[in-house]
Amino acid sequence: MIEEALVGSRRYWLWVSALLVLIAIGGVFYLRQLAYGLGVTGLSRDVIWGLYISQFTFFVGVAASAVMVVLPYYLHDYKQFGKITILGELLAVAAVTMCMLFIFVDMGQPARVMNVLLHPMPHSIMFWDMISLSGYLLLNAVIAFTTLSSEKKGVSAPHWVKPFIYLSIPWAISIHTVTAFLYSGLAARPFWMTAVLAPRFLASAFASGPALLILLILVLRRTTGYDPGTEPLNKLRTIMTYAATISVFFVLMELFTALYSDLPEHREHFEYLFSGLDGQHSLVPWMWVSAALMIVALVMLYSVRQRAGNQVLAASCICIFISLWIEKGMVLIVGGLVPSPLGTITKYQPTIPEWGIVIGIWSIGTLMVTVFYKITVAVRSIS
Amino acid sequence: MTITRKQFLVFAAASLAGAAGAKVVSGAEIVREIAAPKGNKRWAMTVDFQKCRWDEGCNQCSAACKSAHNLPDFPDKTHEIKWIWKEKYQVVFRQQSEVVNPALTSHPLALLCNHCSTPACTKVCPTDATWKREDGVVMMDWHRCIGCRYCMAACPYGARSFNFVDPRPYVATINPDFPTRTRGVVEKCSFCNERLDKGKTPACVESCVEKALTFGDLNDATSEIRRILASRYAIQRQPELGTGPAVYYLI
Repeated sequence: MIEEALVGSRRYWLWVSALLVLIAIGGVFYLRQLAYGLGVTGLSRDVIWGLYISQFTFFVGVAASAVMVVLPYYLHDYKQFGKITILGELLAVAAVTMCMLFIFVDMGQPARVMNVLLHPMPHSIMFWDMISLSGYLLLNAVIAFTTLSSEKKGVSAPHWVKPFIYLSIPWAISIHTVTAFLYSGLAARPFWMTAVLAPRFLASAFASGPALLILLILVLRRTTGYDPGTEPLNKLRTIMTYAATISVFFVLMELFTALYSDLPEHREHFEYLFSGLDGQHSLVPWMWVSAALMIVALVMLYSVRQRAGNQVLAASCICIFISLWIEKGMVLIVGGLVPSPLGTITKYQPTIPEWGIVIGIWSIGTLMVTVFYKITVAVRSIS
Repeated sequence: MTITRKQFLVFAAASLAGAAGAKVVSGAEIVREIAAPKGNKRWAMTVDFQKCRWDEGCNQCSAACKSAHNLPDFPDKTHEIKWIWKEKYQVVFRQQSEVVNPALTSHPLALLCNHCSTPACTKVCPTDATWKREDGVVMMDWHRCIGCRYCMAACPYGARSFNFVDPRPYVATINPDFPTRTRGVVEKCSFCNERLDKGKTPACVESCVEKALTFGDLNDATSEIRRILASRYAIQRQPELGTGPAVYYLI
């Protein structure tokens, strides 16, 4: 099937080459980090995790959100998702790969990565995160490959793949729950130590993932003519709208508990994010942009009718995606580390090498999605 | 069934990897045996507010620690490696900073790893690179640490530091009796386990001319530290977290 990705228009190759250039730039920056150490980043003794771990967290959500197309299609036999389920599964494969890369580039001693397997520690949530992420990658890769190759041969998917599909549904929930447990089990970090973190992660994931999927489908339709119809898009829009609403609700719950209880260790983090603390407010504009984008998106989604055209849909998807990208892919992690347990406020500013590596990983994910979708469209237009 | 060349190569590679892995494990176990505790002890330390002269510029304890353990002097202060260092009372005891005595709240105190009885850091380590000995010393294996910094996120005391760059060029004089570290690993106070195993007290305790630091075995009812804790009012940092800190501050 891979041969389908090796033939394409001039525009296709131009796009692929651009991505390869960005990946190469990211690679060069990573070699620099490998030689010098994580000192090339903006991280510090107090802000120990930054963009890498935040982006990891965000993309686990994107990966998990595949369940929002898999579940209706396979469990409820919602036929309208027939043309997009595979797109969701393939997006998950790319997203999980990105997550693994984000973890890898964050390691101080990447050459020792196999120590996690050599000395498995079940009392560490990071061990379970590795199990759940690699399991999810394997499941989705096997499911997507099997379904697609059966389609190419013009036969129905083999029966043995069904149990794996059903397993992938709770597994998707598990990857984001375990990711939340990485943070919510730490007594030292009151900002993260909240039982609502895992549900909140899932809610924001089921908004940001479908938002990205809708945008990808719109791009696919424009560039290749692959049209799943308006019905699945509208359904995805509904899922995204309700998930985003629940996500906002959870954030408000957090705000109430922290601000009304007035416990300093809980309140301070929200103060730092929304108004600044001790004259330090580098994350405040980000936080408010995120909040504003979410409000704009929800107003559009609730007030404009579904038939009104794809411009409104695309605009609200972009708003939701950027809003949650800021909230989960930046503010949530850094905000939990500042102030530090000793009350220190340390500014975190990602450096150029750090952005270079992050853009490199995004480009790897984008390239994977491009190639996967190219193959899918080619297979489906033949059969 | 015939074996193809590809199958043979895959099998050979897997066997080699397995053998190499087994060798690494056995090597690490030897290191751990050497580092095994001696006897049924529970090491602890007291820091005496009234005797500590850190407010007058005394830094004997941290200087002794620094030269004993090859601590670097990074130009970037946000990367600083801290084993024992000072902070003001209101920083160390944030939740109890509104006390009457202003002399107390502005007084700097020694901070170090608390060598907790139920450490938050060892639980989260994905490779067992940090663990607790039976005598309560929380250890670090700098050859196993993958540098994920999860232990730093879990420690409520800010006791852990990370080598963001290679520390060796920044060590003033290298002590050949103690290992230097590589970049990308976490480190912290070790209660001088290398000295404990030779029957000595930690370097900071030995260096303190004011005798503000006391070190001893909590399991020994006749020890000096038990006598001090029985006679003086002592507080721990954030005892409500259930970590069981072994460093006590004498008011």
